[in-house]
Amino acid sequence: MIQEGLLCKELEVLEVRPIPGSPVAHLFLEPLNLPFTPGQFVMLRPKLWEYDPLWPRPFSICDLNSEYLQIFFQVVGKGTNLLLALRPGDKVTCWGPLGQGFPVADRALLLCGGMGIAPFIALCKQHPHPERLKLLFGHRLPLEVYPWQDISDKVEKRASRQESEEELLLFEEELRESIWQYAGKGKIFACGPHPFLKVVHKYLVESKAQGYLSLENRMACGVGACLGCVARTRQGLVQTCTKGPVFKAEELEL
Amino acid sequence: MSVDLRVNLSSLNLKNPLLSASGTFGYGLEFAPYGDLKTLGGIIVKGISLKPREGNPPPRIVETPCGMLNAIGLQNIGVEKFLEEKLPLLPEETPVIVNMYAQSGEEFVELARILDKAEKVAALELNISCPNVKKGGVLFGQNPLLAAELTRAVKKVVSKPVMVKLSPNVTDIKEIALAVEEAGADVISLINTLGGMAVDIYRRKPCLKNVFGGLSGPAIKPVALKMVYEVCRVVSVPVVGIGGISKVEDVLEFMLVGASAVQVGTANFMRPDTLFRLVEELPLKMKKLGIKSFQEWIGKLEV
Repeated sequence: MIQEGLLCKELEVLEVRPIPGSPVAHLFLEPLNLPFTPGQFVMLRPKLWEYDPLWPRPFSICDLNSEYLQIFFQVVGKGTNLLLALRPGDKVTCWGPLGQGFPVADRALLLCGGMGIAPFIALCKQHPHPERLKLLFGHRLPLEVYPWQDISDKVEKRASRQESEEELLLFEEELRESIWQYAGKGKIFACGPHPFLKVVHKYLVESKAQGYLSLENRMACGVGACLGCVARTRQGLVQTCTKGPVFKAEELEL
Repeated sequence: MSVDLRVNLSSLNLKNPLLSASGTFGYGLEFAPYGDLKTLGGIIVKGISLKPREGNPPPRIVETPCGMLNAIGLQNIGVEKFLEEKLPLLPEETPVIVNMYAQSGEEFVELARILDKAEKVAALELNISCPNVKKGGVLFGQNPLLAAELTRAVKKVVSKPVMVKLSPNVTDIKEIALAVEEAGADVISLINTLGGMAVDIYRRKPCLKNVFGGLSGPAIKPVALKMVYEVCRVVSVPVVGIGGISKVEDVLEFMLVGASAVQVGTANFMRPDTLFRLVEELPLKMKKLGIKSFQEWIGKLEV
């Protein structure tokens, strides 16, 4: 039950790489010397933070190798603005990898919305047969701001940008078709904003596909104690941080 | 110089004054990867009720300047499951104090009887101060007569020490403290969270589904310190200080105004090894200040 070797570690910032003209950035930290499953996350709290922001922040692992831990994040508030202001050499307290990642899948359809691309970067890099993966990416910002090139061309990947209501409806239709076509052929993984997940969830349940969703609920502790990040499941309200963030679609009530 | 960290809470002897605050440390086990639970002065587990509770609908936490609001609503697995699945996994070396919640006096008594029989439970903490539930909770804690009646009823059926956790959301906390002391409380702990609210102007909605929540974290420390100081001056039972403690300096402040021990709550969310680090840092700070034992420190504030 108890995971060994987690502890809180002080990691040095290697680089903060903002994407010019966009609200997104990459944070590179010293690596954690621990195995991880794509879909798992880490909690980060820069040493400079005293009481405000109070909480650490959860981030999906975009990549973790012997050289760095990579986080792909969007600047949305005070916490992420302060992350953007970090400089090489600054220390960040980190604990993880935490939670349940995506299960092993020989073949999978990966559905990502916006920042939800993050865990799939690692998944595609780690997969022994990327040619057996299919990825559909819906995004609002220009494709260049996302780490799209980090996904091997061996993956059957397709990106589509939505800037209007009509385009969103078209993308919804595309999601529906992809899910119905893929149901029964392999696992379907999804990560993205709540409205996106709601749509995906609906079609996963309808098509009885073997689907898994990664939720991004607000968290305080990240270790299952505060009970703030709960998601509604068939088992009642459960912690997203420890029972998730990846849940079986049929378990979730979104 | 060697430093003696031991403190007593009534008949309960603690190896150090650092306890986890209920509702911020899960059932203890969640924190086992981040430190050695055996080193803690005591573990106060998440509020337990007779039957499992689902708590309030989310969103039920929100970050505020130097603090947070919560409206969890006492989600817990119920006493039966707690005794079967969680308690046996906690270390023998650390006293386990169970925070208990019920909606009526009868339920409190029944729950107290059950917990009193559990060998590994060292003491009970009576939660008469939760602001996030409709029945019970703070309703008991805002009325000195009800608080005393409940304390007396529980004391009558248990042999273990009973700690009563007070709410700051009252006109005069001293009055409640005196009432529960008179009724037989062995220890008094304070403060629980302060009632609060946050709103989202973009959505025109409260940030918490429950609308109201309880404020905790460093933001409430000065309020807590004052109340602990005031209560320590009027009661003779040991007092446990709670409210925004995150550093060893905070621990020493609460003890200087009279607390015999402290509970660390929201700081466990800032990083999961907070309590374990405090256990290591406290003797170092005491050495620096020349404090050999807490006898020469507790309540020794010079006013």
